[in-house]
This record gives sequence, structure tokens and C-alpha cells, in this order.
Amino acid sequence: MSDMTATTTSVSEALTTADGRPLKAALRRAQSLAKRRAFMLVLPLLAFIVVTFVMPIGELLHESIYNPDFHDNMPETVAWFAANPPSTVPDEAAFTALADDLKTSAAARTVAQVGTRVNYVMPGTRSLFTATGRKAKSLQPPYKDALIAADPKWGDPDLWATMRQVSSSYTADFYLAALDHTHGPKGNIVPVPADQAIYLMLFERTFLVAAAITFICFVIGFPVAHLLSVLPLRTSNLLMIFVLLPFWTSLLVRTTSWIALLQREGVVNDVLVYLGVIDAHGRLQMIYNQTGTIVAMTHILLPFMILPLYSVMRPIPPSYVRAARSLGATSWTAFRRIYFPQTLPGIGAGSLLVFILAVGYYITPALVGGASGQLISNQVAYFITGAGNNWSMGCAIAGLLLAAILILYWVYDRLVGIDNLKLG
Amino acid sequence: MQERENTDGFVVFDHVQKSYDGETLVVKDLNLSIGKGEFLTMLGPSGSGKTTCLMMLAGFETATHGDIRLDGRPINSVPPHKRGIGMVFQNYALFPHMTVGENLGFPLEVRGMGKFDREAKIKRALDMVQMGAFINRRPAQLSGGQQQRIALARALVFDPSLVLMDEPLGALDKQLREHMQFEIKHLHDSLGITVVYVTHDQGEALTMSDRIAVFNDGRIQQLAAPNELYEAPQNSFVAQFIGENNKLPGTIEEIADGRATVRLQTGEFITATPVNVSQKGQPTLVSIRPERVEYMPERLPAGAHTIDAEVLEFIYMGDMFRTRLKVAGTDDFVIKNRNTMEQRRLQPGEIVKIGWAPQDARALDPL
Ligand SMILES: Nc1ncnc2c1ncn2[C@@H]1O[C@H](COP(=O)(O)OP(=O)(O)OP(=O)(O)O)[C@@H](O)[C@H]1O
Ligand SMILES: [Mg+2]
Repeated sequence: MSDMTATTTSVSEALTTADGRPLKAALRRAQSLAKRRAFMLVLPLLAFIVVTFVMPIGELLHESIYNPDFHDNMPETVAWFAANPPSTVPDEAAFTALADDLKTSAAARTVAQVGTRVNYVMPGTRSLFTATGRKAKSLQPPYKDALIAADPKWGDPDLWATMRQVSSSYTADFYLAALDHTHGPKGNIVPVPADQAIYLMLFERTFLVAAAITFICFVIGFPVAHLLSVLPLRTSNLLMIFVLLPFWTSLLVRTTSWIALLQREGVVNDVLVYLGVIDAHGRLQMIYNQTGTIVAMTHILLPFMILPLYSVMRPIPPSYVRAARSLGATSWTAFRRIYFPQTLPGIGAGSLLVFILAVGYYITPALVGGASGQLISNQVAYFITGAGNNWSMGCAIAGLLLAAILILYWVYDRLVGIDNLKLG
Repeated sequence: MQERENTDGFVVFDHVQKSYDGETLVVKDLNLSIGKGEFLTMLGPSGSGKTTCLMMLAGFETATHGDIRLDGRPINSVPPHKRGIGMVFQNYALFPHMTVGENLGFPLEVRGMGKFDREAKIKRALDMVQMGAFINRRPAQLSGGQQQRIALARALVFDPSLVLMDEPLGALDKQLREHMQFEIKHLHDSLGITVVYVTHDQGEALTMSDRIAVFNDGRIQQLAAPNELYEAPQNSFVAQFIGENNKLPGTIEEIADGRATVRLQTGEFITATPVNVSQKGQPTLVSIRPERVEYMPERLPAGAHTIDAEVLEFIYMGDMFRTRLKVAGTDDFVIKNRNTMEQRRLQPGEIVKIGWAPQDARALDPL
């Protein structure tokens, strides 16, 4: 009797296998091999993602807050800033440190980098550094007088405040700038003057244009996807080729053909003039502006709306709508109450996909956007590849874009639930 | 339902034809009249056009030719939502994004019924199928049998006088199916509704129906009450399709006084009841139910022909014996006997004389 009780308790405490090992441990052992094998299978993909996705994005985020150009090339000035509190008036020691640093960096040909870094915050100072750098060798003590003699700007307290501000390698300045803000004279954060503020406007425009494109894609894509989903498979596969056709043509060719169609002397204008809808002087400007961006990008992104919608609609059996009809619903009610709600996961997936792609699109706005069709991604390109030549700034804008998309994703998850997403 | 007030007329198919592709007729000249309150089953093999007929009645397919009348008025041009026909689909078609209550409320809502009346009706319909406790569940949270009940309740909640069911029990296991057959039949009897029921399970058809229309190849092969269908099939297809049957091919030797003498392929003669054969020399298929064959001489009716048979196999099935014999050249002749005290068990290899009452052997057209 007592034996039996003992067995019962031990069973309720921890199950064991036939040879007495705890069941949980045995199970874990048995599963670990399978887990390891599964892990080996995904390892190449994991490595690929780390190298091509996680590392670049990490690098991008790092770059957006890291700029050592001043810090590395002006060590003595940096040391003086560290030793003296911010309100200290620069004394002879400060100017000596500055002159020494200018001499060494002029010799190392890095003075232009330093100037550029200061110039990001205080426009017009790059030439100050390069000009003084050229004469650095001949500077004689006392350096305060010598430097101010070389250029009176060296005595400007704002310049010293700016140099102190950029003396750290890590900075949030680029994010501030990307949000149209800057440091005021007292170190507080203030908006930049209205004539220099462009980024917030560009962010806003980007999101509005992306929303418009998403909406148009939905309006055009929904009926197409529905048609494809009710046709016999053979016909719908054939038509699907037409949906996918844009993928088979180079992006550049497609965008260029929109130029041929929409430009002032283009096909659409010609037809309108021929039909007498507009006269020859009133040709419509449909490209090199926001309209051009929206039209061309809608065309390019449409398949990304149709495919998830189709994959959600195809398996909806016709018997649901039939059931609704037999229960007394008109075809409109049956669509609205029964069919449409079941397509929501596809609408969510398609919209999210199109919106995110549109927010980051660069080539099409660059080609057909003109001035009013430029989006925020064009600024990223400008800073990274173009005349802007400011990686940190480009990365900061890209980082904000990334954050915005993560927020969007989070909001979507809260409102709809990410597990309701159906991509295919 | 025995009390059919108006045997010809609640639902009428009048020379209805249907073709999907313009090349083949899926339904060929269908004439069918269903009485009010009747439980009519369409039974037939896959692809015989049962669903098509139901869909035409519900309004989801249009008849290529002919008229369908509901309660006296032609409904060819009436859209489905105005026909007021309840329908249970094979896959139930419960709306997955709605709760059970919302599913049942849907037909009432689209009819503009107020919330208060709606709730009362939903509750009544759910209680009818004993599912009152499940009103807030989603269809995905219900078992197959429970979904089936909800589908039934939804088809009945708006008080249609005609309910169509397309293989409603096809997805259920045997036990549940038998239980639901009983419940559907019970609901039919207590509500007095007309039911058109589609199945390809003959057992289901036989137990539930007032009348059965046996479909094959787009035609009704026979329309009759279950017992008549089983005992007096009008042609070989029906004889084959309903229940088990032994078939002996032969030719008519003589027809007289409602008796046909048939010469079997091996030269023996048997007597049978002529059904759709009329003249001497015609090929025929004689069909005999396994349970109507006797091999104990004292049980044979007077004047019955007997014929020699060799026992091939004896199978013990508990309540029944099933014996396979070689008769007149065919070796899949089966007889079934109840397992009673006095029943003799046949041994393989044994030669016995078997026989049957002449009215149980039906001489039909050859298939
Ligand atoms: N929408 C359609 N388009 C073309 N042919 C169809 C269509 N629906 C059914 N058919 C054809 O019509 C014939 C009858 O089909 P139906 O669905 O009525 O058969 P059924 O008797 O209900 O069969 P099952 O028992 O398998 O459900 C079949 O040959 C089928 O291939
Ligand atoms: Mg069917």
C-alpha cells in the first residue's frame, strides 16, 4: 500500500522514462538532435541575412550617429574642450591647441575633412579651415593674435561653440537636421529657419504620395484580383502573366515608356489635342511632377497588391456568397458583409507591401518626379551618392524612414494583428 | 409525411434541361413534381446532375430550357435572394468571420427584422438543434457535427417553406451521420417544411425520404417511395444502385400471364416477373435480392424453379451469413441469411439447389 502511494506521488511530481530518467530531460535530448539538424539547414540563410541585411543596417545606424572627422584630426583642441567647461572664453592655450592641430592636419591633408564637419553645422566655415590650413606652417605665437589676424572669424564665439559641439565622435546632430532642427546659440534645440526646412515637408509628401499610390493600387487591384480568383484556373493563369509582365521588363524601360506617354509632346497629350479636349497650347504637364511619380509608381507596384489579394481570394469558396444570397442578401450585401471581410488579410498584406515599397522608392521619382515629385529617398541618394556627400546625414534620414516603417508595422499589428497578414 | 395536400405542385420541374458548355446536357429533360411538406431525396452517382438541379432551384444556375415553378409561379427570373429558399451546403458555408449568433442573425437582418425579434428567433432556432450554448462561438471553434447543426439552424431560422440540402452529412462519421439523419427527419416532421435532399448514400435516402428520385446520366431513372424502389426497381440501373443485387443475364424465352421464362446463358430456364421487357428473344438481366434466395427446400414457395449452385465461400457476419455461389456461369452470386437456430451453414464445395418466388426475380432491360 505504501509502495503504491510512493509511485503515485512520484508520477505526479516528475514523469520518468522506462529506465528511470526524467521524461522532460529525455524529450529534450531526443529533440535537440532534430533541432540542431534544422538549425544547420537554415544556417546558410541566416549567414546570408546577417551579412546582407543585419550588418549593413547596423552600419547604417552607426554611421548616422558617428562622425570622427573632427575628433580624430584635432586631438589637442578636443583635449582643451574636455578640460574646460562650455562657457570658457578661449584663451591662448586654446588657440595654441587649435594652431597645432591645424598644422598637423594640414600636413596630413585632413584639414578639409575637419572643415566639412564643422561646415555641416555652421555653413560657410569650410573655406576658413582650408584657407588657414594652407598658411598653417607660417603661423607664429602668440597664436590667438596670429589666427585672428589670418581670419577674424577665428575669434567668433559661435565658431568655438560649434567646434565644441562637433568635437565628439558621436552625435545626434544628423537626426536633428533630418527633422529640420538644430542647436540654438545656447545649445538648446530650435527649428531651422523656414527657408532651410525641407525634410519634414519631404517626409510628409513621401507618406502622402505612398498612401495615394497604395489607395490607387487597391482600387485598381481589387477587381482584377477578384476576376482572377473566379475565373477557371487555366484562364486566370494566363491573365496572371499579364499582371506579372511588368516584372519582366527593366524598371528603366518601363519608366522611360511612361515618359514617352505622358510628356508634353507625348502620346496622351497628342491624343487629347487630336480629340480637341485640350488645345495645343494647353498641353497637360503629367510628368516631371507629382502626377508622374504617382502614375509610374502605381504601375510598378500594382502586382504587389494583386498577388496577396489573389492568394486570399482564390480559396474563398463561392458557396459563402451563395449561402448569403440564399439567406436573402442582395449581391451587394453579400459582397459587403460576407466576401469583403474575408479579403481583409490580403488587403492588409498588399497595402503594407505597396506602402513600404513606395516609401522607400528612389529611381522612379528621380527619373519622372521633377521637383515636386521628389521623395525623401531622393535625399538619401543625394547625400550618399550625389553632391551632398554626407553619409551621416543620408544614414540619419534612412534611419528615420526605418523607424517610421517599424512604427507603421507596430500600429498595423495593434489594429489588425500581424498574424492576419497573408502574403501568399 | 403522409399528409401531402397537394401532391402535384409545390415545386415543379417542367421539361428542364441544363448544359454548362453548350455541348453536353448535364440535365436531360427533368420532370419532377414535389408536394408541399414532402421529403424528396435526389440520389445518384457522382456527376449525375443532382447538385445542378438543386442549384437551378436555388437560383445559382439558370435552366437552359424548361420551367421551374415554386408554389405555382415560375421562378426562372427571380433572383436567389428573393426565392426564400433555405439551403444547407455540403461544406456548411458558415461565415467564418461571424459568430454562430451572427450567422443565424444574418438572414433576419437582411430582411430588416429588429434586434429584439431577431434574438428571440436565433434562440429558438439554436434550441431546436440543441446548440443554444454555442451562440458566441466562431464556426472554426465547432466540431463538424456542431457546424452541421448550425448550418441547419441557419437555413431554418427565417422560416422558409422549402429547404434544400446538398449532401449535408457527407463529412460526418457514420454514427454522427445516423444521429443527424434522425434529427433532420424529426425537424422535417415537426416543422412541416418541404425538403429536397441530395445524397449519394442510398442508406440515408432510404431511411429519410418520402420519395426518392434516382438520378443517372442527367435523367431520373425512377421516382418512388423507398420500399417500392427497393423491392420493385424499374430498370437495371436502379436495381444495381439501390442495395445489393444478383444479376443473371439471359434471353426471354416466353412471356405469358405476367410471367417470363428466361433462358440463362448456360441453358437453364428460370421464371421471373417481366418489368421492362416485352417480347421473346429480347436480352435481359434478371435481378434477385440476396435475402430473397432460399436453399432449404421446405422454405421454397410452391412451383418455384430451382437451379443448381456450387458454394464458393461462406462468410460469417454475426447477425447474418453471406454465401457466395457459382450460378449459371456467374461466380458472384450472393445469398444472405439471418443467423437463426434452424439455418444450415453451407460448406464450400457443396452443390445445392437454390430458388426464389417468381415475383422476386425481375427481368429488366440489360444494362
Ligand atoms: N460549373 C460547372 N461548369 C461546367 N460543368 C459543370 C459545372 N458544375 C457541374 N458540372 C458538370 O455537370 C455534371 C453534373 O454535376 P453535378 O455537380 O450536378 O453532379 P452531382 O450529381 O451533384 O455529383 P456529386 O455527387 O459528385 O456532387 C458533371 O459532369 C460536372 O462535371
Ligand atoms: Mg453534388
